[in-house]
Amino acid sequence: MPEYTRLIHNYLRHDKKFPHVWCPGCGNGILLGSLIRAIDKTGLSKDDIVLVSGIGCSGRLPVYVDFNTLHTTHGRALTYATGVKLAKPSLNVITIMGDGDSMAIGGNHFIHAARRNIDITAIILNNSIYGMTGGQYSPTTPYGMRASTAVYNSIEQAFKISELAVTAGAVFVGRQTVYNAKLLDNLIEKAILKKGFSVVEVVTHCHVQYGRQNKLGSAVDMLKWQRDNSIPVEKAAKMSPEELKDKIITGILVDKDLPVYEEEYEKVRERAKGLA
Amino acid sequence: MAKVAKQAKEGKTTKTTKRRKTVAIDVYKAWCKGCGICVAFCPKGVLAQDEEGHAYAKNLEACIACMQCELRCPDFAITVITEDRLNAGKGGSAHG
Ligand SMILES: Cc1ncc(C[n+]2csc(CCOP(=O)(O)OP(=O)(O)O)c2C)c(N)n1
Ligand code: SF4
Repeated sequence: MPEYTRLIHNYLRHDKKFPHVWCPGCGNGILLGSLIRAIDKTGLSKDDIVLVSGIGCSGRLPVYVDFNTLHTTHGRALTYATGVKLAKPSLNVITIMGDGDSMAIGGNHFIHAARRNIDITAIILNNSIYGMTGGQYSPTTPYGMRASTAVYNSIEQAFKISELAVTAGAVFVGRQTVYNAKLLDNLIEKAILKKGFSVVEVVTHCHVQYGRQNKLGSAVDMLKWQRDNSIPVEKAAKMSPEELKDKIITGILVDKDLPVYEEEYEKVRERAKGLA
Repeated sequence: MAKVAKQAKEGKTTKTTKRRKTVAIDVYKAWCKGCGICVAFCPKGVLAQDEEGHAYAKNLEACIACMQCELRCPDFAITVITEDRLNAGKGGSAHG
């Protein structure tokens, strides 16, 4: 029998201000639970984990948990994470980023970290908006949706984060909703254990900024939308692009092996020293 | 399967049913923000919100201890206390 709540409390920093800062019903809290359960299942110790975030509502996440944590600058989580990983490759490094954080200001860092295949797990909370700063559109705001900087609705096409990660060369890419928290636990666990650059796109809701501006209802309504619009990748393979329009394709999109950056880097050091 | 059927025939409660007996559902009001997610997704309609919006077990007997409420609570404010948890000495609220 799972003991979800009790398990989670073992990992929280109880000296921090609780309840946490996120709005009532925000998906960030659900992801925090999933992440803790996933880490617990990997059997890694708290000291083995480094959690690095940028800035945004999502960026607050590492503050609440008892791992090695870094709350860095907007868009730069992966740069700090790269430094940590190269300085101490034995650590298990995980970044938490928003869609604005990882795809707009941090977009270049993202594609190059993927291409390089450094052993980092990148968890992206995709709520389709800049939550913290007041609901401006982000690179994942769908065409035709409203934002405070797109009051006549967005005229741009949205990035598909997972597909972008696959193209950029990430060795493990998966997408899941916070509604399906149990499946999200499993996906995150796999991504953490995978060697190389692993991406988990977490489809979540910001009912306060995105939801309100687009009249999508409460957190509960947006969770129901996630439930009713998710299609497992195996099933999606048999469907037409028209049928898949506005659907969330969930599951593991890619799982492959390529040389890992920090190991290759170590070989270069050996060669430079004339040892190899 | 055969074993379970045999036990049922002999009138023994299977491990699963015993394990799943819910004694109480604890809501830590200081952390519950009243978002209503636990209430909305409980498959048995066990939970409701009080005047302040806090969740409470309105229909505890119907609880099947599926833990969906614990799983999705964004604030880690709800604990399903089952008989097996109490027997394992882990009873009570997760908040002590
Ligand atoms: C260099 C820099 N530019 C801009 C900002 C302002 N800013 C703070 S958070 C944020 C975007 C937040 O959106 P997202 O990354 O999607 O995270 P969310 O809040 O939705 O979790 C921006 C633009 C900043 N803090 N630093
Ligand atoms: S503004 Fe949106 S993303 Fe930020 S805490 Fe509130 S619901 Fe969550």
